[in-house]
This record gives sequence, C-alpha cells and structure tokens, in this order.
Amino acid sequence: MMTYQQIRNILEDRSPASVEALAQQAAQLTRQQFGRAISLYGPIYLSNFCSSHCTYCGFNSHNKIQRLKMTPEQYRKEMQHIHGQGIRNIIMLTGESYKHTPLEYLKEAAGIASEYFQSIALEVHPMEIAEYKELFAAGVDGITVYQETYDRTRYAQVHLSGYKKDYDFRYGTAARAAEAGMRQVSLGILLGLSNVVEDVYALYQHLRELEKSFPGVDYGVSFPRLRPVKTENLAVCDVDDIQFVKIIALTRLLFPRVSISLSTREAPKLRDHLLEIAITRMSAGSNTSVGGYTLLEEKDQDPQFDIKDERSVDEIVQLLKSKNFDPVFTDWRHIENSL
Amino acid sequence: MTDSPLVIAGKSFSSRFLLGTGKFKNKQDLRDSIIASKSEIVTVALRRIDLERHEENILEYIPKHVTLLTNTSGARNAQEAVRIARLAKASGCGNWVKIEVINDSKYLLPDNQETIKATEILAAEGFIVLPYISPDLYAARALVKAGAATVMPLGSFIGSNLGLKTREFIQVLINEIDLPIIVDAGIGAPSQAAEAMEMGAAAVLANTAVATAQNPVALAHAFALAVEAGRLAYLSGLPLQQSLAKASSPLTGFLYDDVSAN
Repeated sequence: MMTYQQIRNILEDRSPASVEALAQQAAQLTRQQFGRAISLYGPIYLSNFCSSHCTYCGFNSHNKIQRLKMTPEQYRKEMQHIHGQGIRNIIMLTGESYKHTPLEYLKEAAGIASEYFQSIALEVHPMEIAEYKELFAAGVDGITVYQETYDRTRYAQVHLSGYKKDYDFRYGTAARAAEAGMRQVSLGILLGLSNVVEDVYALYQHLRELEKSFPGVDYGVSFPRLRPVKTENLAVCDVDDIQFVKIIALTRLLFPRVSISLSTREAPKLRDHLLEIAITRMSAGSNTSVGGYTLLEEKDQDPQFDIKDERSVDEIVQLLKSKNFDPVFTDWRHIENSL
Repeated sequence: MTDSPLVIAGKSFSSRFLLGTGKFKNKQDLRDSIIASKSEIVTVALRRIDLERHEENILEYIPKHVTLLTNTSGARNAQEAVRIARLAKASGCGNWVKIEVINDSKYLLPDNQETIKATEILAAEGFIVLPYISPDLYAARALVKAGAATVMPLGSFIGSNLGLKTREFIQVLINEIDLPIIVDAGIGAPSQAAEAMEMGAAAVLANTAVATAQNPVALAHAFALAVEAGRLAYLSGLPLQQSLAKASSPLTGFLYDDVSAN
C-alpha cells in the first residue's frame, strides 16, 4: 500500500500530464483485468422510511417527504418492469429503518427478487452476522454499505440521530457481511462530506484489511459525489472532475481486480469517459424513488437524489456497443446459497 | 511429420489450442477469433451465459463443431463448483466442465484441495472434468485418482500475460502424469504458447491475450500457428532435449573402447 503522503501527492498533482499518465496506467490495468466488459445493474428502492438523520440525504427522518414502503405485490410489479428492461443484477435499497424494513421484510423481497434476477445485492441498514447469513440463504449475494466518511468528527456532525450514529458498528458491517458468506461487498465514501484525501486513504486501508481477512470476496467501490436533492444543496462537493478522475484511476492502480461503479448521479459525458479509464459496473434505467418505475407519477416522486443521466437501459446498451464495450447483464448464475 | 490427435475422454481433436471467451469487446470478434484460432474446444463461464436474451447469448456465437467447455468461474468452494456444473448441464451446456475454484479475488489462484473434491464428485456423476490448478504434483496425482480427464496447470496468474512462470513445475507434471497436461492462464503471447508446447504440453489455453489485443482475430491465428509450431518442435526431438537424452559419455565411454577398436 502507498503511504498517506504518497496518495496525497498523487491526488494533489493537477498537471495535465500526470492526470493523463495515471489514467493511462489505470486504463491498461482495467482492460487487462476486465477486457471491455461492463456489468449493468438496476436499483429498486423498496422503502424510504428512515430512522436516521443524515443531513445530506433526501430520505432523512426530518425531511417531510411522503413515506412509502412497497408491499410484495407492489415491488413484484416493479421487479417485473426492471426485468423487462433486461436487467438481471439488482440492488435493493431502503432507508435505514429496522422497524419498517426488518429482516423478514428483506428476506421476503430477496425471495421474490430471485424469481427475476440472477444476482441480488442489498443496500440497507447494517446488520449482524447471523442476519446476513439468513439473507445469504434467502438469495442475497452482495452487501453495499458506505461509511460515507471515515472522519469520526465529521461523521458525528452529519449523522445526528438513529442507528447510523454508531461509527464502529457501521465500519464493521463489510466484515460481518463477508463473514456471513456474501460474494460481493461494496464500500464507498460520499465525496464532499470531508477531506477527500484522508477519506480516500482510509477507504483504501479498510479495503486492504478486508482483502486480507476475506480474500474470496469480490470487492466493489463507489465514489458518489453529493448531489442536490430536488435542487436543494445539502452539502457542497468540492471534488471537481479532475480530482474525481484521479481518485478513480488511483483506485484501479492499487486494487486492479476491484469493481468500480459509477451511478446515474454523474453526467453522461464524464461517465462515458470514465468507462475508458476504470469503470466496470454501471446502473442503467435507474429511478431512485420508491415505486418510481411503475407506481407513482413523476410529480409525486421523492427521489433519494436527482439523476443526471436519464438514458434508458436500451440507450445505455447502444452507447456501450457504439464505444466498443460489451454490456454484461448476467455476471452470476443464481445457485442455492448455503455455507 | 505426422501427429496423433489430442484425445480427451475418448474424443479426438486436431487442434491443440483452446480459447477462452471472456473479455472480448463484442460477440462478433469472439466468433471470428474462435474460427481464426482453429480451436475445437472453447471455455465459457456459465455465469456469463444469458439464456433469455438471444442477441446477448454467447452460445449463439460459438460454431457448432466446437466442443463447449463450461467453467465454474465464481465458485469459491467445491460445493459451489458442483452446483454450477450441474446447472450448466441442466441448461443444455453439456457435461464437459472446467473446474475453477477460486477463493482469492486478488490473485485469482485456484484452490487445489477444493478442486480435487469437486472433480471427484462430478467425475462420479459422469461429467468430463478438466480441473484448473496451481501446478503441484500431489494435487495432479489426486486428480488422476479422482477421475479427471486432463490436468490444467497455470502458467502464471490469470490474465497476467506473464508467461510460464511455473515452467519447472509444469514440466514435472508433463513428465509424471499420464493425462493430457493443458497449460492454462498467464499465456500472454504466441511465443509463450509455443514454449509450453515444446516442453511437451498436450495443449494450451489462452484468453485475455487474444480478447484484449488490438486485433483479436489476427492474434488468435498467431496462437494457432505458434501452438502448431511448438508441437512440431516437440515431436521433432529438439536438440536441447537430445543433448540431455543422448549426451556423449566422458565418464563411461572407456567401457566401450575395445568394442570400437575392433
């Protein structure tokens, strides 16, 4: 691993030549490890009930939005819609509410999702190993959990109440999920919350610890930049495109096999260029509102964040093909999960 | 010079080059590369086969005369490899399976012990099993007992293009194991494939080098030629090998002095 100072030097050197050199190395490694295959996945927001108060999030418990939790009939309809678009890898998301979206609710959703999808990931509240084992047995293959920021002081400032206040429990989530047998574990930081170099360095440390303890897991990382929610700025992201590109390229250099995803938060132009450098996964046809695919009219939706890239799955596929990428829908075949 | 065909589980193949199907930028390149490579066996990861979407279904791009070798990529232990192999068979992908059990996402090195377990189970169920291993003599012997059809040792890390970093260990397997030894993984250039064939490997498998080349079809053809060249060199009895087998005898030549005098 590089030292903090080395990482800082790399990320702070903004000369075009150094940015290009970093991108070139990253691109070469990405092609060697992944070829020109890009995995596609779709998100489904099951519920936006949340007991945490995260100052930057549109779902936070103090926000006066319409709270919705889909019934199995409702999310089945949404899943059919997503499946109909061709998506086979799904990530199911909820707000963080142990009360409204408890383990049993998530297990039932996983069971229904496995009728339509080959791989199922969850991005929900952190749980214990035993709970992750139950989810794994119910068909869940992946867990995504972002620390948001690794700066404890800043973490306390932006996570005002709810379970999410517990920094250490959240930090241990990835290890607990891996221990329970999950195939994919994804980490992330929310760029814009805190000092970016420190956060990137801490994320690398976290990932390195996990690689050593749980070598069989496929790791993923994501670097969402804070976006306005319904045009209201909840925090300002000071990471510009140059630094953003450098972070993604450096991550590839240090972790050649890790999958790096880019969400619909980013604008199409940047997204298209990052595909050439290091991105290996992307979401497509995304809607970040509960019931946003089939249940609610757009004017009634309360998204977690506003989407910048509104292209459909077919448009993304055509785009990838036109740029000589191979869009991959199935990267896993659903098998009975047991330990 | 005439050569006998490569025989795996009673089936004969005239090509000794196997092509993997991952990492190609599009399916047309894949199809053209298979043809150019003259491969008669290609590996496909079951997890990448999309049976529902015809235009994306990789199987539709594999010529009919080619034997499909489904691999268990993604399996982390024997049990998962067995499940994937059974699912492949049930999905109509046949009973030829390359066992890949990898529980290390950083180096992608295979777990030999779990591979042996999976081979034992699947061979007993009638699968034709081609296990992928780190070259280890004991593991290879255990695979023979387990009913493997070949042994596929790695040349170096998957996708690394580093060539035959495990050369001496592979040579031991070629010398000692009475199954076809197919060198798999790490082969980054035709010259490296030729080297493996010169050593006496029965066949070579490559994927990343071809799939990620600027012109995959041309490189696939180059691999086909290199594998043929390496095989021919092996059959010809290379001077290097001869010098080992038929060295002059400075220490014992005297025993025959009288004979030559007569």
